[in-house]
Amino acid sequence: MLAPLPYYLILSAVLFTIGIFGFLFRKNPLIMFMSIELMLNAANLTFVSFARYLGSLSGQVIVFFVMTIAAAEVVVGLAIIVSIFRARASIDVDEIHLLKD
Amino acid sequence: MVNNVWLVLLFPLIGFVWCLLFGRLWPRLSGWIASLTIGLAFVAAVSVLIGLLALEPGDRIRIGTLYTWIGSGSVSVPLGILVDPLSTVMILVVTGVSFVIHVYATGYMHDDPGYGRFFCYMNLFVLSMLLLVLSDNFLLLMVGWAGVGLCSYLLIAFWFEKPEAAAAGVKAFVVNAIGDAGLILASSLILLTFKSLDYVTVFTSAKETLAVGGGTVTAITLLLLVAAVAKSAQLPLYVWLPDAMAGPTPVSALIHAATMVTAGVYLIARASPLFTLAPFTMGLIAWIGAITALFAATIGLVKPNIKRVLAYSTVSQLGYMFLAVGVGGFAAGIFHLMAHAFFKALLFLAAGAVIHALAGEEDMRKMGGLWKKLPFAYWTFLAATLAISGFPGFSGFFSKDEIISLAFTSDRGNVALGIIALVTAGLTAVYMFRAFFMTFHGESRVDEHVAEHLHRPGLAMVAPLVVLGVLSVIGGYVQFPGGGFTSFLTPAFTYFGVTPATESGLNPTISGLSVVVVLLGIVIAWAIWYRNPKTATSLGKSFGPVRAALLNDYGVDALYSLVVVGAVRGLGNVCSGLVDALVLDGIVDGVAESVRGISVGVARLESGYVRTYAVAILTGAIVIIAFMARGGL
Amino acid sequence: MGMIAFVIIAVVAIVGAAGMVLSRNAVHSALLLVANLFCVALLYLSLNADFLAVVQVIVYAGAIMVLFLFVVTLLNPSQRETPDQLHGQGWVAGVLAVVLLAEVAGVILSGVFGMIKTTATPPAVDWGDNVHAVGALLYSQFLFPFELTSILLLVAIVGATVLAKRRL
Repeated sequence: MLAPLPYYLILSAVLFTIGIFGFLFRKNPLIMFMSIELMLNAANLTFVSFARYLGSLSGQVIVFFVMTIAAAEVVVGLAIIVSIFRARASIDVDEIHLLKD
Repeated sequence: MVNNVWLVLLFPLIGFVWCLLFGRLWPRLSGWIASLTIGLAFVAAVSVLIGLLALEPGDRIRIGTLYTWIGSGSVSVPLGILVDPLSTVMILVVTGVSFVIHVYATGYMHDDPGYGRFFCYMNLFVLSMLLLVLSDNFLLLMVGWAGVGLCSYLLIAFWFEKPEAAAAGVKAFVVNAIGDAGLILASSLILLTFKSLDYVTVFTSAKETLAVGGGTVTAITLLLLVAAVAKSAQLPLYVWLPDAMAGPTPVSALIHAATMVTAGVYLIARASPLFTLAPFTMGLIAWIGAITALFAATIGLVKPNIKRVLAYSTVSQLGYMFLAVGVGGFAAGIFHLMAHAFFKALLFLAAGAVIHALAGEEDMRKMGGLWKKLPFAYWTFLAATLAISGFPGFSGFFSKDEIISLAFTSDRGNVALGIIALVTAGLTAVYMFRAFFMTFHGESRVDEHVAEHLHRPGLAMVAPLVVLGVLSVIGGYVQFPGGGFTSFLTPAFTYFGVTPATESGLNPTISGLSVVVVLLGIVIAWAIWYRNPKTATSLGKSFGPVRAALLNDYGVDALYSLVVVGAVRGLGNVCSGLVDALVLDGIVDGVAESVRGISVGVARLESGYVRTYAVAILTGAIVIIAFMARGGL
Repeated sequence: MGMIAFVIIAVVAIVGAAGMVLSRNAVHSALLLVANLFCVALLYLSLNADFLAVVQVIVYAGAIMVLFLFVVTLLNPSQRETPDQLHGQGWVAGVLAVVLLAEVAGVILSGVFGMIKTTATPPAVDWGDNVHAVGALLYSQFLFPFELTSILLLVAIVGATVLAKRRL
């Protein structure tokens, strides 16, 4: 069920765009984080597609690393979110603007 | 001996520096030292004269250079001195009269707290004036010119706490600044035309380089004329001189009678090689001189302040000098300059003695009957009045007569000028004797309190009066035998190819006419102001409007105040209100505002909202992708 | 036949992603994301990336999303979102997203980068056992990044532990 390359690329572009839209549109930090994961996934899909069509396994290895790092990132990120929102009791990213100029 | 001319400059310089350093510490001593230095300068000047006389008449010109002041490219301006009969006469007059006045001032300014400062300024003035007349190029002339202008301001406004003195000082400076502008422009033109500023180069090549009556020479001479008119208080720039009487009387005597105001006449005489090439300017000079003389004489008929009358008299006599040089009588003009220095200085000093005695009273309506109480002042004032009126035998007679005859007979003169000169001579007699009678004769109108404390002048004040009195009488006899003075001066002009118009001997018709006019004037004055004091007041009433016009200077001051001062003030208001407030402030504030606006706008990027940052990043990413898709930057 | 499968999977993935973004309930979002990840894993399979497909399911969908669900339930999942303080943010987001999509699609379809051809036939690849092949590459060419990644994981663990404590 292998489709031509452009299909995969367009699909991952769409997923990426949805992820961006979600990040910009939602205020719940968890949803924003999930959107980031979605974006990473779209990028991974692109890598794997190209790996298949260029005949190079390096693409897959890179995806492996991306997944690992995504996992680490999620861990730390969620820990931060938990500690911030434990202190404030509100799940709204817009309330955290202490770095305002 | 001629080399002593450097001493003529050195001594006043020493006096000035001394007074600058020690004037406040030892005022009395500084006053004497200042006078002494001028006296020594006079002695040096006499030695220069002797040295000059020892030379052949055609050879009497020497130039000495101290060092090269400006040497840049093709322009070389040395600090140089020109000694010739003209400059020698000038330094003799300047140092001689200055010395006498300095001695007088040690008495007159005796109780003044600014005593040391006074002599400091006076010596600086003499130094500048000497520099002016001794310079051998236009640039050094300008230095001296500016120097005397500065000292004039400093000395007019000497009692600067008095508002009218400060205002008069500023007025003098501002009007003279117009003259300075003329001089600078003229020098620039000369530099452009001749590539040099020194007299010898300019004057010897004048005839070849300039076309007679051409545009360049007329422009140069007109600009020089502006400078002369301002400094010598002719129409229309005379307005500063009457107000300058707010300064101490010795200042009026020295600067505004004998020396500074004559600088204009000197300038025209010195630059005669240029002026003779511009007939238009020469005619203008003669007419300005004649009309100013008449104008000022009429005003002198009604003014009650004795110093003002003398001021207008100075303006009038300077008009005579201008008339003289305007018709080509350069030597005659300088002759009258010398005689005028003697009797005008004397008039001021004698008036000063009266003022000093009456504890500062200057209004002649509050004087009278003083002839017994102030004998020295009385007799010397009489001598000077006779001299200025041109009474036969006195110095003024000879000098004025020469001018009147030249006005009639010279190539450039004409009958109209001569008649104006003659009429003015008569008027001079009238107003001067008016002053004489009102001050010294008749019933005493002096305030009683003042009369009791009449302060007779001391020796320091009396001796100068006597010296000047003698000079006023015999000063004219330098012309004898056979035009001695004129023939001494003429080579200074012929050296550069200028032939001054001269009158050898006295023209009997004209002399006779002038004598008649003078005597008529004295009689008229006697009739109005001596015989019956009420005649003056009733005449004043019947000629009411005329008298009012004369008292107000024919409205000249008012006109200037309205037009000139008003225009400048209006411009100032426009500039401050419009240009400064709107344009300049607008630009400056606008720049600041726009910077502030930009920074506010930029600060909005740092909103603290994560999503705003994300938008920014995304936008940047889109742009970068677009660039890369096009194949790079 | 292969195309139909691809299309179905793609549609489900997109629907899941969109649903995740638009859902008001955080738990629903998380579950929809799991569905999306699952679809992507299937796509990996179609691309001869067996190992990665499995890793995706186990690590991504299994561990990471479970972690998300834990945190979602920890932080009061049913809370309503407060009205937006940044006015117009939604419009800006929408416009920018569309622009980006258009841009990328344009790049892909215009063939600027020559290797992308619409009717490219996929070259035949013979990678043999995928796990073996990936492992061989991982421990030879990519050994250094591998080691660094392990250090990174250590840092992450320590960091998470420290951050999650109530008192240090």
